[in-house]
Amino acid sequence: MRMRNLVATVGVAALALTVGACGKDGTPAASGGGGSTTGECGDLHKFDVATAADVAGSATFTKIKARGNAIVGVKADQPNLGYKDANGKRCGFDIEIARMVSAQLGLDPDKIEYKEIPSANRETAIAGGEIDYYVGSYSITDKRKKLVSFAGPYFVAGQDLLVRKDDTSMDAGKDGLKGKKVCSATGSTPIQKVKDENLTEASNISEFKTYSECVSQLLDNQTDAVTTDDAILKGYAANAPDELRVVGKPFSTEKYGIGLPLADKPLRDKVNAGLEASFGDGTWQKVYDETLGKSGSAGTPPPLEKY
Amino acid sequence: MLSVLTDNWELFRDGFWLTLRLFVVAALLSLVLGTVLAAFRVSPVPALRGIGTGYVNTLRNTPLTLVFAFLFFGAAKMQLSLPTFFWAGVAALTIYTSAFVCEVVRSGINTVSPGQSEAARAVGMTFLQVLTIVVLPQAYRAIVPPLASVLIALLKNTTIAAGFSVLEAGSIPAAMAERGENQMLTLVWITIGFLILITPLVLLQRWAERRTAVA
Repeated sequence: MRMRNLVATVGVAALALTVGACGKDGTPAASGGGGSTTGECGDLHKFDVATAADVAGSATFTKIKARGNAIVGVKADQPNLGYKDANGKRCGFDIEIARMVSAQLGLDPDKIEYKEIPSANRETAIAGGEIDYYVGSYSITDKRKKLVSFAGPYFVAGQDLLVRKDDTSMDAGKDGLKGKKVCSATGSTPIQKVKDENLTEASNISEFKTYSECVSQLLDNQTDAVTTDDAILKGYAANAPDELRVVGKPFSTEKYGIGLPLADKPLRDKVNAGLEASFGDGTWQKVYDETLGKSGSAGTPPPLEKY
Repeated sequence: MLSVLTDNWELFRDGFWLTLRLFVVAALLSLVLGTVLAAFRVSPVPALRGIGTGYVNTLRNTPLTLVFAFLFFGAAKMQLSLPTFFWAGVAALTIYTSAFVCEVVRSGINTVSPGQSEAARAVGMTFLQVLTIVVLPQAYRAIVPPLASVLIALLKNTTIAAGFSVLEAGSIPAAMAERGENQMLTLVWITIGFLILITPLVLLQRWAERRTAVA
């Protein structure tokens, strides 16, 4: 019996390592062992592909048009935000935004070529023309504006806390963290904030490579809260709405933009116009409700920043 | 180039200091555990030989990240709570490295002529006495170079711990990326840091080789 437990645990550990399993899951899934998967992608939103779309003076658009599809930089490990399931299917809020932009540019969203670009390489990938645009929890900052341009924001995220559903001790937000164990990604800005503002004791902080690993620790009672942008946290909560929830007291502001080549102002104006339209006609809301909204937290479109 | 280091000095200092502590503690424990396992493997008791062989065959082929994941996530799933992250990291590195130390020590033992232990047994020494007084001191001569390689590998392997809440030098790139610093230069400085840490090991190896040289 002991031995069997041990074997099962090794299996679980291997799974945690390879797919970043987050313990339990809300939606039943066909794949995965040990009762822990991060879920599979369902149907994607249907967007109407614009006919006769044109962006005068955009080098990027000319390139896309000639190629016949868009090459988009995304994340793959953020459930319900930018996620790739075990079958290689992609889904999530950011993916839908990427597809919407493609449709608005008159290109079939199903033909998008996705590239997983880690956060540290985003500017290089955009500036080097490796991707046409980037949609992946990409915060608009002044420093980055010097290297790339941003359409949007299409979402305003804020640092928040993901907790076990029945735990109400941190409902005050960041001020409730004292004495609690907190987990986030190694060296990330959110965990830096926890340290700088002394929100909890140093011995209570844990840092893992991925948020999935933190979520696993949260479900196993090894930590009390996972902290980062609420968009990412809502994605995990949407996967396990019976076990996890987002506290909902954001304590920072992160404006997510669509990263575009620096010089391509015509394309930025075009993408901004498309976002504005989706805010107005309810498309944005629909897409949000189908993805991050499953967590139970409401979302509203942010005001655009046409700098 | 220097500003990358000086502007983030506390990050490099804390990272490498933790790397050093992690390495020294794990190295000492691995040497002890590895030698004990080697003694198991050459002992006359079949059960002990079985334990030694089983340990080496299981852990020598297990990726280090899996050992870490088992201790950090598997244990949690079994409702076992972790010691501090530092000690869990030390445990993972020790468990992994001692399998290699064991094999290095055992190959050293095999270089000692059987006549040596036969003679020692003939004068009435116990197995433990034969091993510690006669065989191991002679075996150490043969194992200095491979053991140094195992230790250098251990030093570099400590970077795996960065992904498991042990924020040693391996965690520096993540923090630097977040600060928007140049990744290439960060890696150059980390490489230089490791070269500095490895130098004493290389010198120690040379010294040990000279000291144990036959002629």
